[in-house]
Amino acid sequence: MQQIFNFVIRNKTFLLFLLLFGIALSLTIQSHSYHRSKFINSANSITGGVYGAFSGIDQYFSLKSQNALLLEENNKLRSQIFNYSNETDSILIDSSFSKQKFRSIPAKVYSNSYSRPKNYLTLNKGKRDSIKQDFGVITSKGIVGIIDNTSNGYSTVLSILNENSAINAQLKSSNQIGSLRWNTISPYIVQLEDISKFANIAIGDTIITGGQSSIFPKGIGIGTIASFEENTNGDTYNIEVKLFNDMTNIGHVFIIENLDIEEIKTLEQNNDE
Amino acid sequence: MNNIVTNNIFRFVLLLITQVIICNNINFLGYINPYIYIIFILLFPVTNNRLVFLLVAFILGMLVDMFSNSGGVHAAAAVLLAYTRPVLLKFSFGMLYEHQAIKFSNLELGSLISYVSLATVIHHLVLFSLEIFNTSQILQILEKTLFSSIFTIILSILLIILFGKRK
Repeated sequence: MQQIFNFVIRNKTFLLFLLLFGIALSLTIQSHSYHRSKFINSANSITGGVYGAFSGIDQYFSLKSQNALLLEENNKLRSQIFNYSNETDSILIDSSFSKQKFRSIPAKVYSNSYSRPKNYLTLNKGKRDSIKQDFGVITSKGIVGIIDNTSNGYSTVLSILNENSAINAQLKSSNQIGSLRWNTISPYIVQLEDISKFANIAIGDTIITGGQSSIFPKGIGIGTIASFEENTNGDTYNIEVKLFNDMTNIGHVFIIENLDIEEIKTLEQNNDE
Repeated sequence: MNNIVTNNIFRFVLLLITQVIICNNINFLGYINPYIYIIFILLFPVTNNRLVFLLVAFILGMLVDMFSNSGGVHAAAAVLLAYTRPVLLKFSFGMLYEHQAIKFSNLELGSLISYVSLATVIHHLVLFSLEIFNTSQILQILEKTLFSSIFTIILSILLIILFGKRK
């Protein structure tokens, strides 16, 4: 017993080092798997407060590009209104039958990373604004990611530029679905896998979100096909997708809540039993 | 004594904020960021109480991890750097360290550069190995370590000289 104590006291520095290094290592390994509720993340009041205090200064630097984005979106919406009102002028829509399926909540990006293999964003909306895990996050141009952790006032987003991210996507021209992943190389290019060889694809085709997952509504833009090749050992294509969004410059986003998610989840659970 | 403690707390907070607000967002050429918070670990007073030193380094790394959502990679690299620091000090400063007479404010430039460079390379190598965590991407790990190290070393030495001379 005496010897054990002596050993501990003699090597206390090394033992403390091992302990701390072990903790750090286990947290690192935990962060390599998808959606393990993490203890260390930027959705808390300390980091949120600091980011919030400095984002006031930071946003002035991107004012010009954010204005250009807004103008572009306004233009898009305006042209939609013009076309919409002409077609549906005389059709009476009974609002009691058309149920709202998705709700969107605007949020501001407090921090954004895109140079690491696992990238996250921090937003200034959290549980208080009824944001929960697995809500989708988009901009006016296309998708950004999925809500990962939430605290009272802040939330983190698992960016599509993250090794762990896999998002259901499809071709706009046909209904071939695949999953969207990232090979960590360029923040402008993501990879679309598992598109069957039967699909007719061409460079420049648009990729949109598929309706299979209950996170995003069907038809949110993702990007265009930059290049593609046949998978060496299968009947699928490997497609490089150029994103609509400039992930390196994101100021404002919309969080998408699927209002039917509870119903869908219970239905799926019933199926499993 | 008190002065040293306040000085270090001040340096801790200032370096942490600078790191997470500015340096994490530089992304020079797409992916090169300096990690200047290690200056705190490099300049921590040389004492016999290494337990406190290890703990403080761990907390600093953990906070950087928290801000950048990176699991525990910064904490691991910071703790390892803190643990190996005596070896680096002995290698770079030799006799000065043996006599416990190091003052970081007036050092030879040559030994300062070798100290900062060695420490930075060790820290960055551990950092990027854990971050990428994939043996098939060893080239990418080395590439990131090299470029980020150059950036960090230049910036750290400039900062140490700039803010060290006044005292």
